[in-house]
Amino acid sequence: MTPVQAIIAKELRSYFVSPVVYVVGSVFLLIVGLLAYLYVVFAGAQAIQLMQTQGSAQINLNDLVFRNLFASIRFILLIILPILTMRLFAEERKLRTFEFLLTSPIGINEIVVGKFMSVFLVFLGLLGLTGLMPLMLALFSDFDWYPVLTGYLGLVLLGALFLSVGVLASALTENQIVAAFVSIGLLLVLWLLAGLGALLGDTAIGQAVSYLSFMEHYDHLVRGLVDTKDLVYFFSGLALMLFLSHRVVDSARWK
Amino acid sequence: MIEVQQITKRYGQYTALDRVSFSVAKGEVLAFLGPNGAGKTTTMRILTCFMPATEGTARVAGFDCADQPIEVKRRIGYLPETPPVYQELTVTEYLRFVGRLHGLSGKMLTTSMHREIERLGLGTVQHRLIGNLSRGYRQRVGLAQALLHDPQVLILDEPTVGLDPKQILEIRELIKNLAGSHSVILSTHILPEATAVCQRVVIISGGRIVAEDTPEQLSARLRQSEKISLTLKSPAADTDSRLKTVQGVQNVFTSGAPGTFLLECELGRDVREEVARLAVTSGWGLLELKAISMTLEDVFLQLTRHEEGLAPNAVVASEVPAGQPT
Repeated sequence: MTPVQAIIAKELRSYFVSPVVYVVGSVFLLIVGLLAYLYVVFAGAQAIQLMQTQGSAQINLNDLVFRNLFASIRFILLIILPILTMRLFAEERKLRTFEFLLTSPIGINEIVVGKFMSVFLVFLGLLGLTGLMPLMLALFSDFDWYPVLTGYLGLVLLGALFLSVGVLASALTENQIVAAFVSIGLLLVLWLLAGLGALLGDTAIGQAVSYLSFMEHYDHLVRGLVDTKDLVYFFSGLALMLFLSHRVVDSARWK
Repeated sequence: MIEVQQITKRYGQYTALDRVSFSVAKGEVLAFLGPNGAGKTTTMRILTCFMPATEGTARVAGFDCADQPIEVKRRIGYLPETPPVYQELTVTEYLRFVGRLHGLSGKMLTTSMHREIERLGLGTVQHRLIGNLSRGYRQRVGLAQALLHDPQVLILDEPTVGLDPKQILEIRELIKNLAGSHSVILSTHILPEATAVCQRVVIISGGRIVAEDTPEQLSARLRQSEKISLTLKSPAADTDSRLKTVQGVQNVFTSGAPGTFLLECELGRDVREEVARLAVTSGWGLLELKAISMTLEDVFLQLTRHEEGLAPNAVVASEVPAGQPT
């Protein structure tokens, strides 16, 4: 077992011993389930209306359910993922195990990657559980799987980016609440950059600001567009956040 | 094994360590003694590559702490002030994690874990969550962590804090047994501990080394005068004046219980034989006669108070004969 695997195993163990994952997971699944139910009922109501006025109904579940749902999950992730990441470094620093980790014969990059991977796996597990919902819908209706799958790809990438911002925030402080709020704040700023970009219009600066926000990149994936540009955005954002976390952890030794 | 040369550590304006140099040979146990904030923990953190020194070099087992930290970390077992344990893990889970970080696996890992669980008496608690263990057990788990990969160098920051007296003796015994095969640096403010387990003591105060020697030599070097405690069964009225006539006795104090005398004598002169003869021929009923050596406490206080600007003579050697080790 490599040190990275050892850290992943230990962090997963810590996650599942504490109630946090169970609480956060239940809330996440409950809200996603509720939203999915509402969107489906809404789509059904529209179908009935169409039947009454036109005699037949052909509704598009991809537009009425999945696009709405993916847009909503984006916001839920922004709130709950920082709760999952807040403990990663803040707790180590608070409980004085930080010094132990940094005096172990492993590199800081291994620590950062191990911690990120552990929370990423937890997130993938939660996201996997929401997969039941499209599977169930597929039993009773017809829809295009392709944009659903690219939407899930978008969620995975978006989640990874959010988590890496959370890792960075957690490395900055020894207070978990502060870590959670810093990452929520950073993510909201990233979100709002899209609005700022729109305000600046179709200028070079406007486009650059819009590009920095995850909004349009995620929207492309939800609409079924897999563009290298968007993938580059997510991967470079992730790499940058993890690199910054590495620097922050390294500099914490000097204090 | 450990070589520290001219290490300085500054935090902004504040100098935590000022040109500290010392070395530890293979198999030696060195005590780091000093008041709070003297720089003990800072030195240890530099040696374990947790933080870099501002100036100077530190080498462990031939590897430079600044250039080859991973190599240094592999050879060091470190117990920080607070035992670095994860409360949500059981003792075995924790030790397995520590072992894996050190690259142990399979049979090697299992045998190392068993060895340390045995050695530190953790057998009964090995499947319990560390969060539910008492302070003493956590400290022992912390020690097991430091010893797990059988490092050449052990760095222990106040290893006996929080333990009960029996456990303290056990841990001291353990450290003594490790000497010879391991180089150990331990910091402590419990002075008898330094005397009990260490071959050499470094006294650090205000970021500087103020003394470095064996515990015995340190007390000898700082002794101002020889002191002798004398207990008599039936002293006469003129006992003190007659004691003063003995060659080399400078002063006689009566102190504490009746029949106990404290004799201050010239340095380097043993007057015990003379005093004994006098006591016996005068029929005072000699019960006890012993030389009082200055304890490490006295040395320590003297050196560290001196640092604060007091004259070195301000503190005289212990004046209470009762209970002093000889």
